[in-house]
Amino acid sequence: MFGIKQDFVCELPKKYYTLSDYEKGVARWCPGCGDHAVLSSVQRLCREEQLPPEQTVFVSGIGCSSRFPHYMNTYGFHGLHGRAFPVACGVKFRRPDLNVFVITGDGDCCSIGAGAWIHAIRYNMDLTVLLFDNQIYGMTKKQTSPTSRQGTVTNTHPHGSVLPPVNPLQTTLGVSNVSFVAQTADWVPGHLFATIKAAHEHPGFSFVKIIMRCSKFMKPLIDEMTKDREHLYLLKDEKGIQVDESTARIFTHQKAHDPSDIHAARELAEDEATHYLGLFYQNKEALRYDLYGAHNLGQSPEDKMSAINAQLDRYAV
Amino acid sequence: MMKKSHESLVDTSPEATTRTQLKEHILEIVSDSGEGAQKAGQSFGAISAKMGNGVWTVEIIPADIQPPPRTKESASGIRIRFGSTKVTNAGDEADVVVAFNEVVPYTRIDQEAYREGTIMLIENKWAADESEDIRKSYATAIQDFKDRGFVVYEIPMEEECLKLVSNPKRGKNMWVLGMLCQMYNRNIEKAEKQIKQIFRKKSQQVIDSNLQLLHAGYGWAAGNLDLRYDVPAVEGDQELVVMNGNEALSFGIQAAGIELCSMYPITPATSTSHHLAESIQEAGGIIHQAEDEIAAVGFAIGASYSGKTSVTITSGPGIALKTEFLGLAVMAEVPLVVIDVQRGGPSTGLPTKVEQSDLLAVLYGQPGDAPKVVLAPATIEECFHFVILARKIAEAFRMPVILLSDANLATGVQPFPRPQLREEWLSSPIDQSPRKEKSRPYDWDEKTGLSKRPIPGQTGGEYTLTGLAHSVEGKVSYKPEVNQHASAMRSRKLAAFGRTLKAPKVHGDPEGDLLIVGWGSTQGAIEEAVDHAREEGHRVSSVHLRFLSPFEPGLKEIFQKFKKVMTIEINYSDDPSDPLITGENRRYAQLAWLLRARTLIDIDCYSNVHGQPLSPGKLLDVIHQKLEQPVNA
Repeated sequence: MFGIKQDFVCELPKKYYTLSDYEKGVARWCPGCGDHAVLSSVQRLCREEQLPPEQTVFVSGIGCSSRFPHYMNTYGFHGLHGRAFPVACGVKFRRPDLNVFVITGDGDCCSIGAGAWIHAIRYNMDLTVLLFDNQIYGMTKKQTSPTSRQGTVTNTHPHGSVLPPVNPLQTTLGVSNVSFVAQTADWVPGHLFATIKAAHEHPGFSFVKIIMRCSKFMKPLIDEMTKDREHLYLLKDEKGIQVDESTARIFTHQKAHDPSDIHAARELAEDEATHYLGLFYQNKEALRYDLYGAHNLGQSPEDKMSAINAQLDRYAV
Repeated sequence: MMKKSHESLVDTSPEATTRTQLKEHILEIVSDSGEGAQKAGQSFGAISAKMGNGVWTVEIIPADIQPPPRTKESASGIRIRFGSTKVTNAGDEADVVVAFNEVVPYTRIDQEAYREGTIMLIENKWAADESEDIRKSYATAIQDFKDRGFVVYEIPMEEECLKLVSNPKRGKNMWVLGMLCQMYNRNIEKAEKQIKQIFRKKSQQVIDSNLQLLHAGYGWAAGNLDLRYDVPAVEGDQELVVMNGNEALSFGIQAAGIELCSMYPITPATSTSHHLAESIQEAGGIIHQAEDEIAAVGFAIGASYSGKTSVTITSGPGIALKTEFLGLAVMAEVPLVVIDVQRGGPSTGLPTKVEQSDLLAVLYGQPGDAPKVVLAPATIEECFHFVILARKIAEAFRMPVILLSDANLATGVQPFPRPQLREEWLSSPIDQSPRKEKSRPYDWDEKTGLSKRPIPGQTGGEYTLTGLAHSVEGKVSYKPEVNQHASAMRSRKLAAFGRTLKAPKVHGDPEGDLLIVGWGSTQGAIEEAVDHAREEGHRVSSVHLRFLSPFEPGLKEIFQKFKKVMTIEINYSDDPSDPLITGENRRYAQLAWLLRARTLIDIDCYSNVHGQPLSPGKLLDVIHQKLEQPVNA
């Protein structure tokens, strides 16, 4: 209307997103809770990758960890206990343009949601999955988690939990079509960030188990884990997760591990006495169900109607 | 050449002129499971529909997956009711039954499917079976059938088929189809086409063999059977399609532009998924078979949340499992279409049998207040159109819409006018343009409760959906006034939607002695019974509800013009004459409960859980009984 021809209207520079573009509200986790560290790392990842907030969806279940989407200024889905996976898969299936993250906890994923978890691994859709494993039910005040070590004293097992725990790494590595399994810890920020980034970059279901501190109910365990350097190992490989020198220095022990070797990965996962941080397994070639889901998007209404009409012809009298 | 010879057979035969002209007939074919009675019957129904007859078919489904042959449990078959004009239900006792052995008819005898005078055409090979037990059983049964007043014809089905094929177990059904085509003066060309259609995935050899059997049966009946009928069709100029209710649902899903059906296999809903699996990809959609019922609805909700309004299809046990997610869809206002093809319940119940017993479960199954729209198609045609309606309501009113079909509609086959597809059915009504910064995800309109739903990808719409109580901003809030307001807004949507509905039509006079109220697949049987009663001079009318939540308006006004009102339903209610049952503690049929609460009128009910479609004859008895009762009894 000012005499400028449409063709010459210059495009505005794309918006540059800063950390504050991803932040929302004040996280209401306990002081000292590991969740805060993951939130910071994820927000940093979003900025680094410049993920448009409107194209990014955080899906969670129920539990302390699952409050996560409320603190992200993106789209979020805080749904039902144990059901983050089906929802996230549904979001991704016909919307390949969206970056989808799943935030789940040890109870949410490994107990009430275990069935959906197994199948989500097999579907291998492009989701970044962060399992916040603090080995306890925090939100409902200290009940036994499926990942609680045997003998953990809780309000449901005051004399110590009875059963050996579920091993989420072992379980995930045991499911067919698994494509990405890593472990990190909330108190090693450099490694935490590098792992989440690698998971985000992986084309498929990237499963990250984060060893978390519950400062409220699991203080003794935290002290033991964070101080014990003897049982903390960094997995090293050129195809693995790369950390800077200052982060690498935290580790007394390092272990060479080829993440394409699933048998070696399963052996490491079985060693429950040791915490291996790093990439256990990756296969970028695993079949992806989300590609199948999106394969026929975007048909024109004319094409759709003629297909339905051709079908109706078969039923015509 | 073949065509000519048969034309001459039909048109020039002297018998053609002496055929008994019928307004309608009810035909049944029963066999052991796996002998193809259903295929023969479906073909017969389709041929008749294609000739312009009104048709309703209903399947007789065996109780087990692989029942032992020649047992009552093994009875598999089909009923075809066809007539000169529109047929809306399966009718009363059969006029003709074709039986492949003497045992399977007893299942249907137990269900009172036959009467004195029913013509029975029965395979006669058992009379000469090598087993003495079988020979005896056959002889005893034939005598029993005659004692019951059936007109028995012993037919050499196997013997005739053996002249053409070495294994008549496969193909006998097509020989029977040929025989029936002769009996009822069906167009043989259309029968040939039908065979080519159903065996289109098989080899030419298979097709040819079945065509030979068809003609053999046709020819045999011409020379050996003195039953000659015709059920002339009233030619209409409307283009028709013929299918069952589950296929109609599948077409409806596709025509509604629903891009995702997320399901878990469950009887009797699954055949919809089979049809979808064959066809939806061409129509731009996809089907996801989830790991369980819960994941199926969660997946659909995820897709709907992201702007791809989805459908999940299930039956009673699946509805039970989906309950928590349905509550979430209500709370978080996610549009969703849920199709429930009802079967007998509770628990695993009667998987293959009809019941209308999920109404209260879908309405009140969720903890807390969970208002949602519930629709019930009454015909197979409505199974198609209601899916399109359901999607529009779900998106416009931002809530789950539940469609209650049932096993009767699922397997019943009926012709109806071919739907003329419309482009606007396919499109989503959602505005996907960028939203104002900081727009509110639940910006409820006070008058209607409606709000504009943000979709991932839309700038300015970012919010976190939650099943927790939340404010207009979508923020978790446990404040008393916030939760009260949000609950009122979700409820108000139902009231707003209700304002768009018209009062239902009364079938018959608008006032009288008795009004029957029904819903779902029973419409045809109820109206036929009402018409019969009216012909007898009774002042009876009926009204059939499509909307169960919210109800169509004006019901109380309609009911008040009748001395008595009762519902007729296929679900459980206490019989008032049962021990311990009083006016105070009687448990009513499901719609009756709702209508009593809604209108404060003393509405009675008749219902049963026989697992069978209601027959007009039985309902006429119910009407007579109710008319004889004093008012207020």
